Amino acid sequence: MKLTLPMMALASGMGAVLFVFGAVTPARAQESHIGGVTGHAPAGKEAYRRFCVGCHGPAGDGNGENAMWIDPKPRDFTLAAFKCRSTPTGTLPTDEDLFNSMTRGFVTTNMPPWRPLTQQNRADLVAYIKTFSPRWRTARPGTPITIPAEPAVTIASILHGREMFQNLECWKCHGAAGHGDGPSSHTLTDNKENPVRPYNFETGSRFMCGVTNRDLYRIFMTGLDGSAMPSFADQIKPADAWDLVHFLRTLQSIQTPEAAIWKTWLATHAGELKPIGPEGGQR
Amino acid sequence: MRRSNRFWWSGVAVLAGLLLGKAAMTGRAAPPPAAGRISGTVTYTGTPPKMRPIDMSKEPNCVTQHPTPVMTENVVTGAGSTLRWVVVYISAGDQPTSPPTEATRYNQKGCLYIPHVLALQVNQPLDIYNEDPHSHNIHPLARVNPEWNKSQPKGAPPIHTKWEEPEFIPVKCNVHPWMHGYFAVLRTPHYSVTGEDGTFSLAGLPPGKYTVTAWHEQFGAQRQEVTVGDGQSKTISFVFTARPY
Repeated sequence: MKLTLPMMALASGMGAVLFVFGAVTPARAQESHIGGVTGHAPAGKEAYRRFCVGCHGPAGDGNGENAMWIDPKPRDFTLAAFKCRSTPTGTLPTDEDLFNSMTRGFVTTNMPPWRPLTQQNRADLVAYIKTFSPRWRTARPGTPITIPAEPAVTIASILHGREMFQNLECWKCHGAAGHGDGPSSHTLTDNKENPVRPYNFETGSRFMCGVTNRDLYRIFMTGLDGSAMPSFADQIKPADAWDLVHFLRTLQSIQTPEAAIWKTWLATHAGELKPIGPEGGQR
Repeated sequence: MRRSNRFWWSGVAVLAGLLLGKAAMTGRAAPPPAAGRISGTVTYTGTPPKMRPIDMSKEPNCVTQHPTPVMTENVVTGAGSTLRWVVVYISAGDQPTSPPTEATRYNQKGCLYIPHVLALQVNQPLDIYNEDPHSHNIHPLARVNPEWNKSQPKGAPPIHTKWEEPEFIPVKCNVHPWMHGYFAVLRTPHYSVTGEDGTFSLAGLPPGKYTVTAWHEQFGAQRQEVTVGDGQSKTISFVFTARPY
C-alpha cells in the first residue's frame, strides 16, 4: 500500500491527538465522584499546595516540612494504604471514603477536619491524592463490606462482646479496660516502622474513623490499613460483630446506652466476671 | 496471480512434509535438550551482625515452646562463612511458566515465621497457618502488591491468598514485634533458598544464557550471567560483604 499525502496528514494528526490526550489522560483518569460532585486533580493540586503540602509533602509521601514534628506521621499517599475505608483490607478505598476521612479528620492525630473547604475543594483534593500512587491506574476500589442492621443492645450482647474482646485478644494492644495500654501497645509500628499507639477508648466520643456504631463496626472489620490494626472480617460473623460493638461502647468515657445497661448489670453481677487478660475474660 | 501463488505454496508444503517424514523415519530428529544445572555456595566476607536471643516474655505461650532462647534470623551464618536465607533465582533468560497449582505453606508457630524466608511464584496459592494457641496478625508490608493486615486467632482456618507481582515482601506481626519474615515472590520456577551451609541448586534448566540473582534481606542483591550448555552443570559462588550494623 502506498501512503498518500492525505493519509500521512491524517496519521500525523491522530498522533498529535494521541500525544496531547495521552499527556493529560493520567490526570483525567484521576477524577473523583462524590455524590453529584466531580473532583478534578489539577484543581486539587492547587488546593493541596495550599492546605496539605506542609505535612504530606510535595511528593505526597508524608515527608512535608512539618512531618518531623508530627506523631503519628502524616499519611504517605504513594503507598495507597488508607486507614478509613468501607472496603476490605488490601483494597483501595472508595472516593467517598477519602472524602469522608478528609472531612472528618483523624482524632488523636494532627489531621484536622477539613469541613471548612467546599465540597468541590475536597472532591478535587481526593482526585489529586489518587495521582500519587500508580495503583489507582491499575486497580479499582474494593467492594464496600455489607453491614447488617444493628440488633437491640442487650446485656447478653454486651457480655458476648466482652468474651470476644478477650478471645480475639483485643486487650493485648488496647488494654483490659480499653485504655490503649495492653502488653503489646508500646511496640506497635505502622507500615513505615514508625511507632504508633493503639486507640484509647476513653479518648472521647470520636473513633479513628467516625462516631457511630456502624463506623465502629467498619473499623475492626476492614482494619486500618497501614497501621497496626488488622482486619477481623475473616474471623467475626456479622451478628457477633455487633456484640463486640456493644461491648466497646461500654469502654468509653461518655454516656452511651450500652454503658447504661452495663453499669446496671454490673451493680449486681460484678463478682461473676473474671478480669480481662491472659487467663481471664470469662464469666 | 492468486491461483499461481497457491500452487507454489502447496509445492513447498509437500516438499517440507517429505523432508520431515524422511528425518523422522531415519531417526535424525534432534533429541530434546538435556536439562542443565547451576549450583554453588553463598558466603560472606567482613563482620556480620551477631544473632541475638529473642525475648518472648510478652507471650508466655511462646516462651514455653522454646526450651532454649530462639535467635534472630535476619543474618544466619554457618561454618566456613556461609550465609543462610539467601534467595538464589533466575531473574532473566527463563521461559515464562504457569505457577504451580498446589499451595505453599507459611506457618506461625512458637511466635516465629516458618520458614523465615518463603520463596514462591507469582500467583501461586499461599496458605498461611496459625499453629499457636493465641492470636497473630499477619501484616505483609507489600509495596508493589497490595498491603493488607489480617488477624488470625487461635484455631482460625488458614488464610488463602496469592501475590500477583514479583516482590520481596517483608511480613510482620504487630502483636509480637520480633516476628519478622519475608515472602520472595518470583516469576521463575527456578529458585533456591540457602540453608545454613549456604548451598543452592537451580536444576532443570534448558540450555541458554541466564541471569542468576542472589538476594539477602540485609546485604542486598548480586547478579551473575551464566551460560548453560546442553545438560551442563555450572558451579558459581556469591560472596556478600557483611556489615555489623
